[in-house]
Amino acid sequence: MLERQKMPVQDAKIRATNFNEVALGFSEKQAIEEAKRCIQCKKPSCMKGCPVEVKIPAFLKYVAEGDLDSAIKEIKTDNALPAVCGRVCPQETQCEQVCVLSKKGASVSIGRLERFVSDRERKKGVDTPEKPKPTGKKIAVVGSGPAGLTAAADLAKMGHSVTIFEALHEAGGVLIYGIPEFRLPKEIVRAEVEYVKKLGITVLLDHVIGKIENVDELLSEFDAVFLGTGAGLPVFMNIDGENLNGVYSANEFLTRVNLMKSYKFPEYATPIKKGKSVVVVGGGNVAMDSARCALRLGAGHVTIVYRRGEEEMPARAEEIEHAKEEGIIFRLLTNPVRIIGDGKNWVTHVECINMHLCEPDTSGRCKPAPTSGTEHKIEADVVIIAIGTSPNPLVPRTTKGLEITKHGTIVAKENGETTKIGVYAGGDAITGSATVISAMGAGKKAARAIDEYLKGQ
Amino acid sequence: MPFEILNKQELVPTIYLMNIAAPGIARKAQPGQFVILRIDEKGERIPLTIADFDRKNGSITMIFQAVGRTTMHLASMKAGDELLDFIGPLGNPAHIEKVGTVILVGGGVGVAPVFPQTRAFKEAGNKVISIIGARSANLLLWEDRMRKVSDELFITTDDGTKGHHGFVTDIVKKILESGEKVDRVVAIGPPVMMRAVAGVTRPFNVKTIVSLNSIMVDGTGMCGACRVLVGNETKFACVDGPEFDAHLVDFTLLMNRLAIYQPEEKMALEKYKCEREGCKC
Ligand SMILES: Cc1cc2nc3c(=O)[nH]c(=O)nc-3n(C[C@H](O)[C@H](O)[C@H](O)COP(=O)(O)OP(=O)(O)OC[C@H]3O[C@@H](n4cnc5c(N)ncnc54)[C@H](O)[C@@H]3O)c2cc1C
Ligand SMILES: Cc1cc2nc3c(=O)[nH]c(=O)nc-3n(C[C@H](O)[C@H](O)[C@H](O)COP(=O)(O)OP(=O)(O)OC[C@H]3O[C@@H](n4cnc5c(N)ncnc54)[C@H](O)[C@@H]3O)c2cc1C
Ligand code: SF4
Ligand code: SF4
Ligand code: FES
Repeated sequence: MLERQKMPVQDAKIRATNFNEVALGFSEKQAIEEAKRCIQCKKPSCMKGCPVEVKIPAFLKYVAEGDLDSAIKEIKTDNALPAVCGRVCPQETQCEQVCVLSKKGASVSIGRLERFVSDRERKKGVDTPEKPKPTGKKIAVVGSGPAGLTAAADLAKMGHSVTIFEALHEAGGVLIYGIPEFRLPKEIVRAEVEYVKKLGITVLLDHVIGKIENVDELLSEFDAVFLGTGAGLPVFMNIDGENLNGVYSANEFLTRVNLMKSYKFPEYATPIKKGKSVVVVGGGNVAMDSARCALRLGAGHVTIVYRRGEEEMPARAEEIEHAKEEGIIFRLLTNPVRIIGDGKNWVTHVECINMHLCEPDTSGRCKPAPTSGTEHKIEADVVIIAIGTSPNPLVPRTTKGLEITKHGTIVAKENGETTKIGVYAGGDAITGSATVISAMGAGKKAARAIDEYLKGQ
Repeated sequence: MPFEILNKQELVPTIYLMNIAAPGIARKAQPGQFVILRIDEKGERIPLTIADFDRKNGSITMIFQAVGRTTMHLASMKAGDELLDFIGPLGNPAHIEKVGTVILVGGGVGVAPVFPQTRAFKEAGNKVISIIGARSANLLLWEDRMRKVSDELFITTDDGTKGHHGFVTDIVKKILESGEKVDRVVAIGPPVMMRAVAGVTRPFNVKTIVSLNSIMVDGTGMCGACRVLVGNETKFACVDGPEFDAHLVDFTLLMNRLAIYQPEEKMALEKYKCEREGCKC
């Protein structure tokens, strides 16, 4: 069997000081070699692992033959954001996990090849997609994250007229404000959003639905509404000292750095506290991204404090690996109990306690419990809380008849249908924080359901 | 979608009035709400209260004090220029109802957000007593407008150049001590002033509302930058407020958090001045 191609990356020491992309991408030669590893299964199991149903063997065959134009065309019939997915999809638990070759060693690098062909197309100039015959139906999409963009793109391809309403001043959701430049360059997100716009979609930025217009008003102008509002409400720990100066929610920290470009302060006007000793609380992608941003802003020490063990960390293995290479310190089985200030309201330390794992809880993970008498302090002038987010209540609060669960997520069927007629939802808004590709899968399903609904009207 | 500046006017030294064409926001705006704006690609998002709105012409009025990089940049713009982003109406509308007698207190640039509420409380059938204060007579805002919508108007200046020589709280206290039945107090201005008003009204048990100006980024409940403690609970000023019960607000925390970026703000302002005025650096 051919060996899996290695992804070239920026050296860890150098990349820890800049915001340029960590992974550099395959060369054309590498890409073709890698694609040749695919054995073109008759019943390709890989496709079952892709929520947006990319025809994986078909595009890989084109790559292996060197027909890269056909490869990207093939991908784009199902996936409007391939350069994004190729970078941030957790492929190891999606398509690549179920590729037959993974049992025999290493799966085909499906995501990296997706990235390669879409990067090549972008450099070359993206083809304008054909416009289908208009159906005369109008759909409002609320939120421009992966769920909203995918639903919008699919609906536009069906011939519907789509308008996206986005609260922030830039489209992309977490792809723009959350995931940092060094993992997903914003120029790439912008290019994929431009492609979606070329499908004929109108994007209205600076439109907070629930404020400037509510869903009921949208329903009087549009035939259906899709809610892809994400899960952007930060959760705090409710411990002492959380409001001290220097304590950030991960959302605030990452929004300042990514959306507002405060790493370029004062050229860009939004400031950020560049800590010397930074403590990040949490073990997901959000914690890794916060820690690695803090490091790149110039922190001397960045420590991740996580209450379970490494096995239990929800972050992608690759991100944990990259963080370690860059020198992020991991304090596992450790949990903050309070944040301590200097008397002038500035944070100086985080007091933590050691944890031990007990029997597995309902999620199958081991429930951690504090070990008494192990309290200790970690120095910190910036603390970032990255323990999760929940859906923003703005839309449910201002929409009559839209049911939500006790966790604040919107109640919706498998196809995205909510409890309100004509209103569909998908992505983090119904699942709580999940992944880019699951949000895109939900957007795709909802687009089909909306199309059915409109036909029945 | 850029937003045009319809006109700009310097009301008193360092305080400006600006009208912005934003029909969508004007259609929905209510007293007590605010907007977030960004001047250009490199700009910061800053919140400003909606001081007035004109639904027919589709415009929003803001009054702001030039205190730092963004507000000074804004002050340097003129009619016909455009703002890159203008987002709103954010926050909850003020709770306007008929309660009886209402005292409205505006300090400094805080007179601007107090005005639409004063008008609304008057229209709702209340007896309206307003108190407006400034450091000095030449910094006093909107006296005429306020007088038109008030049953009684008091003026205070820190230096005694007009009206009562002293603070707005002196007048609030005098009215409450005179035995007049006051049903509500609304105070908007610098945090020290709002804290002082809360201190005066507390012993008289008069419901007092303040509008909190914490640091904000998105204004939609997404970042938590604007968090404040109210009745010992963490609230997000942008979505849970900006108005809160003054007797429950932790003003010390508010003031501490407003100081987070002081060194950075100073540096940004110096850089801005350098670029504008030219310098040797
Ligand atoms: C830092 C970070 C790193 C991550 N890393 C990864 C990763 O490596 N791989 C991965 O698969 N997943 C990752 N995720 C998770 C992934 O980004 C999300 O699951 C995904 O973005 C959810 O998509 P969505 O479209 O449902 O919502 P979002 O991306 O959250 O988009 C929602 C959009 O709706 C807008 N909106 C909300 N309310 C309103 C309103 N009232 N009116 C108008 N607009 C509104 C928001 O401003 C936002 O733009 C990460 C998340 C974060 C925060
Ligand atoms: C909901 C809300 C409504 C507001 N309405 C108005 C308004 O109608 N008119 C108006 O002039 N201002 C208003 N403000 C304050 C305004 O947003 C700030 O003055 C502005 O952000 C300062 O930006 P800057 O870059 O010019 O100054 P910066 O460089 O950010 O700050 C310069 C100085 O102003 C102080 N400052 C910074 N932010 C604030 C703040 N949020 N409140 C008070 N002082 C601050 C700093 O401590 C510093 O001393 C409001 C704030 C909020 C949260
Ligand atoms: S399962 Fe793996 S080898 Fe088979 S078609 Fe898919 S990618 Fe190729
Ligand atoms: S979109 Fe994601 S899951 Fe689907 S094939 Fe591409 S990398 Fe795999
Ligand atoms: S400004 Fe971000 S939550 Fe209020």
